[in-house]
Amino acid sequence: MLVLSGIAVVVVGFLLRLNPLLVVTVAALVTGLAGGLDLPTVIAAFGKAFNDNRYVSIIWIVLPVIGLLERHGLQERARQVIGGVKAATVGRLLIVYLLFRQVTAAIGLHSIAGHAQTVRPLVAPMTEAAAENKHGDIDADTRDEVKAYAAATDNVGVFFGEDIFIAMSSILLIKGFLESNGIIVTPLSLSVWAIPTAIVAFVIHGFRLLLLDRKLAHGAKAAR
Amino acid sequence: MIGLPFVYTIAGLMFAAFAGLSAVDRTNRKRVGNAAFWGLMAVSFIAGDALGDLGNGLLVLGLVALAGVGALGRGAPVTTTIEGRRAEAGARGNRLFIPALIIPLTALAGTLLLADIGVGGAPLIDPKQLTLVSLGFGVLIALAAAMAWLRPPALAPLQEGRRLIDSVGWAAVLPQMLAALGAVFALAGVGAVVGDLVGGVIPDGSRLAAVAAYTVGMALFTMVMGNAFAAFPVMTAAVGLPLVVRQFGGDPAIVAAIGMLAGFCGTLMTPMAANFNIVPAALLDLKDRNGVIKAQIGTALPLLVANTLLMYGLAF
Repeated sequence: MLVLSGIAVVVVGFLLRLNPLLVVTVAALVTGLAGGLDLPTVIAAFGKAFNDNRYVSIIWIVLPVIGLLERHGLQERARQVIGGVKAATVGRLLIVYLLFRQVTAAIGLHSIAGHAQTVRPLVAPMTEAAAENKHGDIDADTRDEVKAYAAATDNVGVFFGEDIFIAMSSILLIKGFLESNGIIVTPLSLSVWAIPTAIVAFVIHGFRLLLLDRKLAHGAKAAR
Repeated sequence: MIGLPFVYTIAGLMFAAFAGLSAVDRTNRKRVGNAAFWGLMAVSFIAGDALGDLGNGLLVLGLVALAGVGALGRGAPVTTTIEGRRAEAGARGNRLFIPALIIPLTALAGTLLLADIGVGGAPLIDPKQLTLVSLGFGVLIALAAAMAWLRPPALAPLQEGRRLIDSVGWAAVLPQMLAALGAVFALAGVGAVVGDLVGGVIPDGSRLAAVAAYTVGMALFTMVMGNAFAAFPVMTAAVGLPLVVRQFGGDPAIVAAIGMLAGFCGTLMTPMAANFNIVPAALLDLKDRNGVIKAQIGTALPLLVANTLLMYGLAF
């Protein structure tokens, strides 16, 4: 039971809005100590795990390229392109991106887009431009909300598309886990059952994006 | 054989440059903190394997100490003006998208085409790391193409990269730190204890209650761990297999597949899934650190209900 104290540290730390790096590290140390390890052993175990997981952070190597292109007008170009499409609304644009993200992830291309690669340089400025097109100047809170929806749409798209791909790591994890429990399944028999949820996710999130359009239109009318 | 060390070296050199440029950035009052933080990241990527476990642990404590006392500021390297960017965007047109697209396209092409290329019988590229190595190549090719076309000052990509990484700040390492926390949890046996606890409180008898306990349990434990992969083995061993599959006769493939997706609904609602929820808030300069999560809850909750009903309807 004592090893659960790390979970308590995480929950309390996040509720108190302490620095998350600090919270996570204290949680790791507390958990290790409660599990009967001594302090140097816990620090070493945490350090080894940190080193083994460096691949998680290598996505940042795209930043010099994205930053350089932004310096030469990438975000502004994304805005200009959408500014020229009169039919574009925040909701419709993000529905197209949602579909693109789900379909590409379903065929194994989940890493062709993401928050650093596409949302910040392209999708977020495009949605902002669509909002300005339709609703004129938008206030800072509305702008933040629109950008948050751009990031949210990326997440929903990739989460509920990628499991349709048979070589996805989560599918392989499920297969391996069931196998170690004496149940043999093929990756395909798992991935087809990700399709119903993918469709429902598209419907629910797409509906919410259309609601966002209506909300933006109301907000713009009220401001006038 | 080219493998992860190749990509780690690129990342290490980049972070070393961020550190060096931070150190001499007089616009940033906290430049020493930034230089130290990105410098430690550079050491980790370049020399992490040579530091030993305790050495890496101390390095992590250094990063945490810097972040914890608020030692990081935000550098403001010289860049172009909004007006200049607008004019350049109009002049250069859609060709600006090409370098950005080189990165994913190279990653894709490398993954598909480079698998069977070998030198003297050994594969040229580590087959297990094909996508990440190809991503590294993609970045280098895109950078070379953009430099040749745009002709910016030589340091511009590193300065612009530093501008972006400073806007993310310490959150840039949070996903990696959370992955490390998961490993410590596993080492201490947290999963087994949670599994025993959850397995003990489920009432017998109702099939819907068993399914809901599994899907909601997956979502909740994923929210705590920040990762459905960590929650899946625990909750499936505690509830999914013994109750939903063995006692009520659910199809294990359907139960497990939808169970994982129920966990993904939890991922949408937790700051612990930092790379999906906290990092984009920083990248997009949102005032509210939880802004992305708030935009997702309205999708995640109905989708969790839908997953529960789908499992109930399809698995039996």
